[in-house]
Amino acid sequence: MTEQSTNPVNAYLRMDRMPSIWCPGCGIGTSVNCFANALTQAKVDLKKTAIVSGIGCTGRVSGYMALDSFHTTHGRALPFATGLKLANPELNVVVYSGEGDLIAIGGNHFIHAARRNLDVLCICVNNFTYGMTGGQVSPTSPGTARFTTAPYGQFEEPFNLPHLAESCGATYVARWTTFHVRELTKAMRDGLKKKGFRFIEVISPCPTLYQRRNKLGDGLDAMKYYREKSVKKNNADTRELRIDFQSEITVGTFVDRERPTFLEAMNKQFSAVFGDKYKPYPEGPSKNG
Amino acid sequence: MAADPSGVLTGQHYLDGNHAACEGALAVGCRFAAGYPITPSTEVVERIASRFPLMGGIFIQMEDEIAASIAIQGAVWAGKKAMTVTSGPGLSLMMEHVGLAAMSECPCVFVDVQRGGPSTGLPTLPGQADMMQARWGSHGDYEIIALCPQSPQECFDLAIDAFNLAETWRVPVMLMLDECVGHMTERVVIPTPDKINVVERRWTTKKPGEYLPFEPGPDMVPDMVKAGDGYRMYVTGLTHNEKGYPVMNHIAQEKLIHRLVDKIRLNADKICRWEEDQTDGADIVVLSYGITSRVAQRAVEMARSKGLKVGTMRLIVAWPFPEKRVRELAPKIKAFVVPELNYGQMAFEVERAAAGQTKTVLVPHGGGEVHEPEVIAEAIFQAARSIN
Repeated sequence: MTEQSTNPVNAYLRMDRMPSIWCPGCGIGTSVNCFANALTQAKVDLKKTAIVSGIGCTGRVSGYMALDSFHTTHGRALPFATGLKLANPELNVVVYSGEGDLIAIGGNHFIHAARRNLDVLCICVNNFTYGMTGGQVSPTSPGTARFTTAPYGQFEEPFNLPHLAESCGATYVARWTTFHVRELTKAMRDGLKKKGFRFIEVISPCPTLYQRRNKLGDGLDAMKYYREKSVKKNNADTRELRIDFQSEITVGTFVDRERPTFLEAMNKQFSAVFGDKYKPYPEGPSKNG
Repeated sequence: MAADPSGVLTGQHYLDGNHAACEGALAVGCRFAAGYPITPSTEVVERIASRFPLMGGIFIQMEDEIAASIAIQGAVWAGKKAMTVTSGPGLSLMMEHVGLAAMSECPCVFVDVQRGGPSTGLPTLPGQADMMQARWGSHGDYEIIALCPQSPQECFDLAIDAFNLAETWRVPVMLMLDECVGHMTERVVIPTPDKINVVERRWTTKKPGEYLPFEPGPDMVPDMVKAGDGYRMYVTGLTHNEKGYPVMNHIAQEKLIHRLVDKIRLNADKICRWEEDQTDGADIVVLSYGITSRVAQRAVEMARSKGLKVGTMRLIVAWPFPEKRVRELAPKIKAFVVPELNYGQMAFEVERAAAGQTKTVLVPHGGGEVHEPEVIAEAIFQAARSIN
């Protein structure tokens, strides 16, 4: 008998919940694989790591990870994470959700979490559609593509997520596709080790809904598209990162900067006002980028 | 357990209800609050914002009430006692997270300083028209606890009880002030920390691996853990099993929802609280709560001075409703008279509990001011006349 090897990622997953609900060719599982590897590489204390999701296909990530897992309401992962992180800054808090959840229904929370520089890693799997509900148009859906709720083609302007995140104050902004597993893993590792609001956009295929409806083939075809049309451009001007239908996708690390976090700013202000009477609130584990 | 002295302003104070509610929350150990400004409730969070820095607490003004009502739940799962504060329109926005707190059994407190509604209504003026929303406002079947203070002192006392009930039963608890009680200023006595009863969280004594996060104890309530303790907990708003894992079928639904409802319904005798006066031998019982109970008192005195036998029943805990007591009183009296600042909310509950054994007379008021005592008195006289 041959010895059966175990996937090293299994240790990070709730294997008693497998198989996952994700479709063949979906990129969410690939991103989770990268995330699990990044957790190992960043040497974070798993006991002190919590993952928060909203609703949707990507919203199920929290429930498959063997961490403290919070599967919250639609769009509200970031405000939940705000309470979790501020109440116990020792926790590494990761928000992991889709673009519909984080940017449409949760858009207001997204801009304010970035503005406050909430110390969380925010991973957004962007597959251009609402998968769980059957392929509706999303805030990043590219023009002319078809969706169940845009049957004659999407005509609204899509959000450019790295530009949004940078404008609102994120300390780290990167975009990779699920074709770029090494780069994505490294970005997640770097993100885990940084402080402040860190944002990683993961361009990911939805073969079942987005691709099928738009005659774009299967998961492998998506990989071909990402390989052929992705252009690495670190420090690119985020104003120029818009993604159109099957257009070039600029990938890379666009922002890597320092800003005081919510708790650092709070401690500074209260120390200035109250002097020695103020006992600084814990700011969480120190990190070295 | 006694209170942490850092939150207790022992002494005699002259406070309004909103500030007193804040002091009650701090005294019982609330150390995280998230809010969004809304009249007539904002003084509660203003006082928290000024008190917290030197107490080690965190206040955050969130971007909206939706965010505030879930930020507190994140804080609870991190181990803190937490609350949010709002008024009608904000409470409407918070409703999805009342459901999440009920479903995930997250002990937290919602303070609602009621104003006239619906919609923007009367922001600066009183109402009592959120009573049914507090009970039923989120979708699905669940139970909450709601408390109705009638004075600043009671705002302080019931804020403490609200947190203690939340921790005991692991439900969201509503502290339902109204604009009058929130803004009336009276003497408030804050006891020494050793005189304040603090119910701590039901921390599990089980180890990771043995512990099932939604396995109920004998009182139907499960013990808790917090994030970062190595339990790798799983909390979801989906229907779940005792492990916390989603299970999408009617069997899991029946088991979970039945328990969430029963843990309050079957323990209602331990939770319900009310005050009664002269109900023995009464012909009429005036049932009221909040500011209306103080106005009704004048009306009751007017009726008694005319020789009518009038008792009173004042709800302190509105939900769960003391239906057993109302059902006991019903056959012995000729009518319940129920004044409230709405067009009939708790009155329907009285009628339901009385189950046809006596009359229920609603004395409605759209809000914006309190009843004239004469109007309530007239309702008492009419109820008495129609019987004879």
